[in-house]
Amino acid sequence: MRDLLTVFRKEVRENLRDHRSLISALLFATVVMPLLVALLVNLTVRRGQTQDSKPVALAVVHAERAPNLVADLRQFRIDVVNADLDDAAARAAIRRQQHRIILVIPDNYASQLSQGLPAPLLLYTDSSDSANPAEVARVRAVLGHHASEIARLRLMARGIDPMVLSAIAIQDVDVATPTSRSVLILGTLTVIILMTMLMGGLHIVTDATAGERERGSLEPLLTVPVRRELLIYGKILAACVFMVLTLTLSVCAMALTLRHVGLEQLGMNQNLGVVKVLELIGCCVPLAPLGASLMTIVAAYTRSYREAQTYLGLILAIPTVPLIFASALGLRPTAWLMMIPSLSQHFMVIGLLRMEPVSALYATLSVSVSLILGGAAAYVAGRLYHREALLG
Amino acid sequence: MIEVRRLHKRFGPVTAVQDVSFMARDGCITGLLGPNGAGKSTTLRMLYTVLKPDSGDAFIDGISVCEQSLEARRRMGVLPHGAGVYPHLTARENIEYFGDLHGLGRAECAQRAAQMIELLDMTDFADRHTKGFSQGQRLKTALARALVHGPQNILLDEPTNGLDVMAVRNLRTLLQKLKATGRCILLSSHVMQEVAALCDEVVVIAGGKVVTAGTPEELRARAGTPDLEEAFVRFLEPAASQS
Repeated sequence: MRDLLTVFRKEVRENLRDHRSLISALLFATVVMPLLVALLVNLTVRRGQTQDSKPVALAVVHAERAPNLVADLRQFRIDVVNADLDDAAARAAIRRQQHRIILVIPDNYASQLSQGLPAPLLLYTDSSDSANPAEVARVRAVLGHHASEIARLRLMARGIDPMVLSAIAIQDVDVATPTSRSVLILGTLTVIILMTMLMGGLHIVTDATAGERERGSLEPLLTVPVRRELLIYGKILAACVFMVLTLTLSVCAMALTLRHVGLEQLGMNQNLGVVKVLELIGCCVPLAPLGASLMTIVAAYTRSYREAQTYLGLILAIPTVPLIFASALGLRPTAWLMMIPSLSQHFMVIGLLRMEPVSALYATLSVSVSLILGGAAAYVAGRLYHREALLG
Repeated sequence: MIEVRRLHKRFGPVTAVQDVSFMARDGCITGLLGPNGAGKSTTLRMLYTVLKPDSGDAFIDGISVCEQSLEARRRMGVLPHGAGVYPHLTARENIEYFGDLHGLGRAECAQRAAQMIELLDMTDFADRHTKGFSQGQRLKTALARALVHGPQNILLDEPTNGLDVMAVRNLRTLLQKLKATGRCILLSSHVMQEVAALCDEVVVIAGGKVVTAGTPEELRARAGTPDLEEAFVRFLEPAASQS
């Protein structure tokens, strides 16, 4: 234990003196992290606004053929722009994004309408345009409203109660609170938080393994009367400390930024107090030993500092894999899923941000499975450093 | 005292060390002499336990490096080939780190480090980060680090590599001092003159085998030439023609 702490102290001291790595970690937490958070939050808030309040631009061909319809569209905040396009030109205009939605009123529109027959309208859109569906839906809704208004008048003219058409009345009840909606975007923050944490240990692991070998200080170190695995555990422990430090910095930076940027718009006023920040940090920390040990294992197989840096950089991406699957499949936390490191931390962070009560079982599973796997990985790393090939 | 008994080591298809046996006595400087790739480093690495022999064993003060490697390591001070130091620590911290790992108490560790700094004439740069150190300063740091726990047996792999004349001379003086205190010193080199100037016993290794061993005088006599370099070449010729 004494030897382990000796190695630990030395690695911490040495890494603290390496200003380049410290500054990059600090910079990430205090500059990059807040910027990312601000950007993400702003984007969500702005998108939300676009959907309800911003006028939708609609190009209408032959608007003069349907003055009532155009008046109705204008009334529902749809910006009607007159355009003169034939079928081919309309298609081209959409493809070039000159217009995003085009409504063509054919010449038989008025005559069909006056004869009480279905009046044709052509709506040109690009369904692959991701920003579009909400706008198209609004245009359709207004058109539908106009159509049902005409139908209502026709029925009344024939002495029939328009209510006969409304056999069912559907009422949408959306229970999404601003908080739970914002969790979607905050969920992506867990990826950033976990990656930042692992990044905090990247330099120290590289330096303590591949760096030590490249400098030629590994061989002398292996001649001291200390079991090799203890040397490795000391290094892993030091990496964990730096990971936790970066994690703390970045979660604090995130919380502070969220307080200043659009927290009210996301409906999360009192959410991110000191306790919440500590809880957030606490649920991510158990992942640190696993990350540090995996990095140490990978570093054992690399031949140089540069090579180690490249491969360890790839490790940073590993925790995102379960998260991508989870969001693609729309997974909800279950006991089994809480046994997957990084995914369980993701669920915990989201739960905390949603202000949901933390399930004791889930929390225990998340913490214990991550720690157990971390211990196992540390053991493997210790074994690997017994290999002779290590010296290169 | 170091006793090497029939060490064998293979790396894949290559036999690096084959049936190597020799003795290095206390109060004596023993030189492992041989051309590059002769198996000197591999032999030393097996002695200081970073490599495991395929067969055979070596004993440090009677302690087996295979059976009790931790105990054997306690009795050795090792300067591996091209030994590096920690750039962000000062020379003193580098030395104390190893003292600590050798189990010295805090006060003893500081005292021993100060002694080594004095002994190796490192006072001027002892409290500077080793980052910008010259080759000679780095070597002194690494040597002080290897000797901080006052080991009875001292193993040095090509210690004079890359050193200037003055530094080599200082190292020789230091090794003579250590020899006078009854230490067992084993060093490897591919430079004949160096070995002749310093060693009481020479073990010539080539192609992973011990070619001959004895005092420099005995080697000269055996080769039938007063010139040690000539003698060295003559000993190596049969080994070279074999491989």
